Amino acid sequence: MSTTKWWASESFWRKTAIWVTAFMLVVLILLTFDTIKQITAGGSRVPAYSVINNRIYYKLDREKGHMMPIIGAEAPLFGKKLSEEEAEKLVSLGKMTTQAKNCMNCHTLLGNGAYYAPDLTKAWLDQGWGAESVREDMMLRFLQDPGGNGRGYGSARRMPNLNITEEEARGIVAFLKWMSSIDTNGFPNNFKTITQEGDNDY
Amino acid sequence: MTTRKFNWNNLNSGQKVAMKYFIAAMVLFVAQILFGLIAGLQYLIPGLFYNQLDFNVVRMIHINAMVIWMLWGFIGSCYWLVEDEAGIPLVGTKLANLAFWLFAIAVAIVVVVYLVVQIGPGNQQSLWLINEGREYIEAPRWADIGIVVCVLIFFYNIAATFLKGKWSGISGVLVLDLVALAGLYLAGMFYTANISIEQYWWWWVIHMWVEATWEVLVGCIMAWGLIKVLGANRKIVTTWLYIEVALMFGSGILGLGHHYFWIGTPEYWLSIGGFFSALEPVPLVAMVVHAVYDSGKHNFRNKNHPAMGWLIAHAFGNFFGAGVWGFMHTLPQINLYTHGTQWSASHGHLAFFGAYATINIAMFYIAVQHWRGNAYMSGGIAHAWRWKWALALLNIGVMGMTIALLVSGYDQAFIERALEGASWAGFFKAQISTWFQQGMYWRQIFGYVTAAGIILLVWDLLTIGKSESKDALEV
Repeated sequence: MSTTKWWASESFWRKTAIWVTAFMLVVLILLTFDTIKQITAGGSRVPAYSVINNRIYYKLDREKGHMMPIIGAEAPLFGKKLSEEEAEKLVSLGKMTTQAKNCMNCHTLLGNGAYYAPDLTKAWLDQGWGAESVREDMMLRFLQDPGGNGRGYGSARRMPNLNITEEEARGIVAFLKWMSSIDTNGFPNNFKTITQEGDNDY
Repeated sequence: MTTRKFNWNNLNSGQKVAMKYFIAAMVLFVAQILFGLIAGLQYLIPGLFYNQLDFNVVRMIHINAMVIWMLWGFIGSCYWLVEDEAGIPLVGTKLANLAFWLFAIAVAIVVVVYLVVQIGPGNQQSLWLINEGREYIEAPRWADIGIVVCVLIFFYNIAATFLKGKWSGISGVLVLDLVALAGLYLAGMFYTANISIEQYWWWWVIHMWVEATWEVLVGCIMAWGLIKVLGANRKIVTTWLYIEVALMFGSGILGLGHHYFWIGTPEYWLSIGGFFSALEPVPLVAMVVHAVYDSGKHNFRNKNHPAMGWLIAHAFGNFFGAGVWGFMHTLPQINLYTHGTQWSASHGHLAFFGAYATINIAMFYIAVQHWRGNAYMSGGIAHAWRWKWALALLNIGVMGMTIALLVSGYDQAFIERALEGASWAGFFKAQISTWFQQGMYWRQIFGYVTAAGIILLVWDLLTIGKSESKDALEV
């Protein structure tokens, strides 16, 4: 006769393992449906690609207690307003270029990647671009010749030359601008942004 | 003096396939450490191989070699134990060998392309032929498809052998786990411009592999290993395995939420991810209790001392690396400041080594013991210092790197994140700060210790048991 208590038996734990796993999977699938709906471009958390036609701010939301992206007045990227399709095409070119150039194995994007170079989540809003008026031009020049436009801030680290064309560079800038508009629950915290027109309105 | 040779006739057909995977895995393990050393040096000498072999390429090979060698170790382990568990020969040996060679050749081509071509223009062709530029699963799309085919052949072989032979608790868990493991890889095989959606599914692959299905897989290998090496009671070990599966999937599936704090996903993930990932160390504690209890119960009398040493190293390494180091920065209140800093690198080094390198090495020792005709490998073997020092150097090396990276990580989190708000200037201010730099120097020194450990490990695996006249201890 077996002296094993029910709570120490093989069959009890086998059933528990199956039911726990199945339950967690169902919860994950339900949450996935909701999450995907919320993060599809054009929603409140992840704006439509045409957001690159507007000025983007990153400000402290006192109610939420953390920083939030704010979409401001019209300020088309490279001075040319794009339709939703054109904007998506440009952002996608940039996104694909960041993959083909393997940016993620030096940089982090939304905090994920490697830690050899700065995070790109809010790179569009970084103070390092000096002034709003020269930002786009500086970004394009830097991406096409990173060695010649070094941005090491006292470190000897330099971005390598990745043979980025002007068209690809424009795509990357569009992608970075769009990414900076994503609601990341306040990450990165306390980010000091570049001064932009209309800053005091928000 | 007797000399035991490596003899393929000592192995069953599944074990012959396993041996090929184990050898290939060791080659990639060495490559992983070599490229790790170069990447570490590039932190200290930023101009090293500038515009020739840049950090992104070196680091990609470092982490890809790791993923593939560990996967090969797992595949090898399954082939190693399948005939023993199922009680019949492997159903498709030829197919298994074919899949191995396809897989190995594909990996070789991918690495050559990584090294020579490196990057391409921003179009689909680059993602299909060169690399996908997505951390851990960088392999170009053609290789993804190849990997899926090879893994399907592997899955067919394992599942069909059990179906034809007999089932056990271990094999049941193993086969169901392999279904999930193979299926999840598909979640990473598409392109989208929407980075939030991309990273959502990308984590399904990465997290569900390393924090769920891989953990359960090594739980199966551990269960089988304890029975074989220690003579542990199958019924008790199987019950433990079910408990671990319940705890692992109970915490790990929704623990996925700790990757969904900052990528654009809704706020409810902060609570769900924080809560469930805080529970993730629980099954790892259970594993330590399980392994130490079983070893003590048998007074550490076992048939393979090096393998037993590495199994114990696995239990503790998994708990500290994945459990403690993961828990340290898993709560969103902390993670807001540590996400994407050297904290992650610190955790990554100890977790991958502690949870997965260790148990694969244990399997390598079990394999060479049989390859040499069931050689004696318990107390008093010749040149025992080699395996002991290999174990010590590898563990001290990785632990040292982990602590050093954590010091740098603390420094980075305070300066770059808390003070400077993650701006580019703040990033570099942290990178050139004295404490950060000191951490990087120590990381490199411990990297060399790790490298010394692997040289000794390779030497030991090639020679252990060679001059033993006795057969393995019966347990």
